[in-house]
Amino acid sequence: MTSASVTNTTPATPQRPPLRHSRSNGMRRSFMDAFVVGLATLATLLVIAPLVAILGYLLYKGASSLNLAFFTHIPAPVGEPGGGMANSIVGSGIVLLLASFMGVPVGIAAGVYLAEFGRGKALAAAVRFTADVLNGVPSIVMGISVYALVVLKQKHFSALAGGIALAIMMVPTITRTTEEMLLIVPNAVREAALGLGVPKWRTALSISLRTASPGIITGCMLAFARVAGETAPLLFTAFGNQFWNFHLNEPIAALPLQIFIYAISPYDEWHRLAWAGALVLILLIMVSVTLVRIFAGRGILKGNS
Amino acid sequence: MGVDILVESLNAWYGTTHTLQDINLRIPANHATALIGPSGCGKSTFVRCLNRMHETNPDARATGMVRMGEIDIYKDASPVEIRRRVGMVFQRPNPFPTMSIYDNVISGLKLNGFRNRRILDETVERSLKQAALWEEVKDDLKKKSGASLSGGQQQRLCIARAVAVDPEVLLMDEPASALDPVSTSKIEDLIFHLKAQYTIVIVTHNMQQAARVAENTGFFLSGKMVEFDSTHKIFTNPRDKRTEDYITGRFG
Repeated sequence: MTSASVTNTTPATPQRPPLRHSRSNGMRRSFMDAFVVGLATLATLLVIAPLVAILGYLLYKGASSLNLAFFTHIPAPVGEPGGGMANSIVGSGIVLLLASFMGVPVGIAAGVYLAEFGRGKALAAAVRFTADVLNGVPSIVMGISVYALVVLKQKHFSALAGGIALAIMMVPTITRTTEEMLLIVPNAVREAALGLGVPKWRTALSISLRTASPGIITGCMLAFARVAGETAPLLFTAFGNQFWNFHLNEPIAALPLQIFIYAISPYDEWHRLAWAGALVLILLIMVSVTLVRIFAGRGILKGNS
Repeated sequence: MGVDILVESLNAWYGTTHTLQDINLRIPANHATALIGPSGCGKSTFVRCLNRMHETNPDARATGMVRMGEIDIYKDASPVEIRRRVGMVFQRPNPFPTMSIYDNVISGLKLNGFRNRRILDETVERSLKQAALWEEVKDDLKKKSGASLSGGQQQRLCIARAVAVDPEVLLMDEPASALDPVSTSKIEDLIFHLKAQYTIVIVTHNMQQAARVAENTGFFLSGKMVEFDSTHKIFTNPRDKRTEDYITGRFG
């Protein structure tokens, strides 16, 4: 059996003209191979390096100031030692939740419109263009706009205004990723649902959106992580607060704001707290992104509605 | 039970391309009818007109009359209602990738708001048995995703999904063209059994397949239906020279 197949195949090989300089070509190929792999590895390290450096430096500067009080106490008055950022951590949580509750549905709905209903329509082109421009609007401009539109109308700073500013910043990212992810869903899947007599809106929501959901969730997490550290849009909206506040209609503390205030202060103690705040901010973003990923991933793997 | 389909002066366009030109035919109930013809001759467009899937393409339109039993599908009902009565199986198996086998089968019912657990369970078993897939998947109905099955199993899953909504007509657009010979013969056996309950229209490139499963065969060429007759007649003694040339492989 094997000898037969060998005799069958061997005569074909010598008829092929031998490659010229095959030996040096081979060396050049393996050199190029190693070179390109090396470049790619180097680039990867360059990407990871800043993250590792920032985390390392934050740990070095901030970890020593972290203690239980940091998570349970509100800022101490000037001159008094100790104090923490408990109100800022909770405040950031409230503002980000508000932003997500407003920004995620609007962003996803707009993305669904673009990919499922608006193909080739003028309104879709306008929405897509607006989203791209909005994505490039500097965050401080977003802050001033919300200040003019919400804070001046209400006549006071508020958690709500902060949430609105961050929500508007989340929308374009979420809209565009939702659209991109829906466009990847094969048309055959949509046709399968339409062919079963499922109305178009139901197909878009229950089939297309669900098939694309892992990518859309990633998009939402990116948008969330991006606005979680924003300071500028909160300066004239959420404003900051040295005390506890749970009312959406009043100024509220937020980690980036508190870090900003402490970092530009002249006191060493406050500088140390600012470093600790920055460390906590990064860790909280990492934890929340990881949690959503695990939680959402589990629902999808099960495949049950 | 299946219903008769009567097609009169059906025309269809994609943009300015006149894909179907004045099609007239009668497809008898509870029989399998095969449509053959070279690629691009309009046979897929034709079956897509029978469940109004053609018009889901933004620049497609159709005119003419298609009567299924008592109703004119372009006048008396919405596309959504028609598609519930006319099931469709596509060329490439397209199970819903995020759903389990169980959810795939009842997706048509569930997405239309049907929630009765007991009836859903019964429907899953009945449909998978009809599609000759029950024995192979009954132990991991809710554990495995529809996309984890082999190509042939996926296509039978799609057939189960189509019959689960209890249609009167089953359209199959080259249902076995992406499958290996073993799966193909399973699908053909299935068509043979299913036509007791449904009117089946099957598009195929494989003429032996048409001869094996269908009582009647229509031959399409560049948007027109050249000939429609009993399969036996078409393959042994066609009236039209072009039909003869095609089935003897003289052009294509």
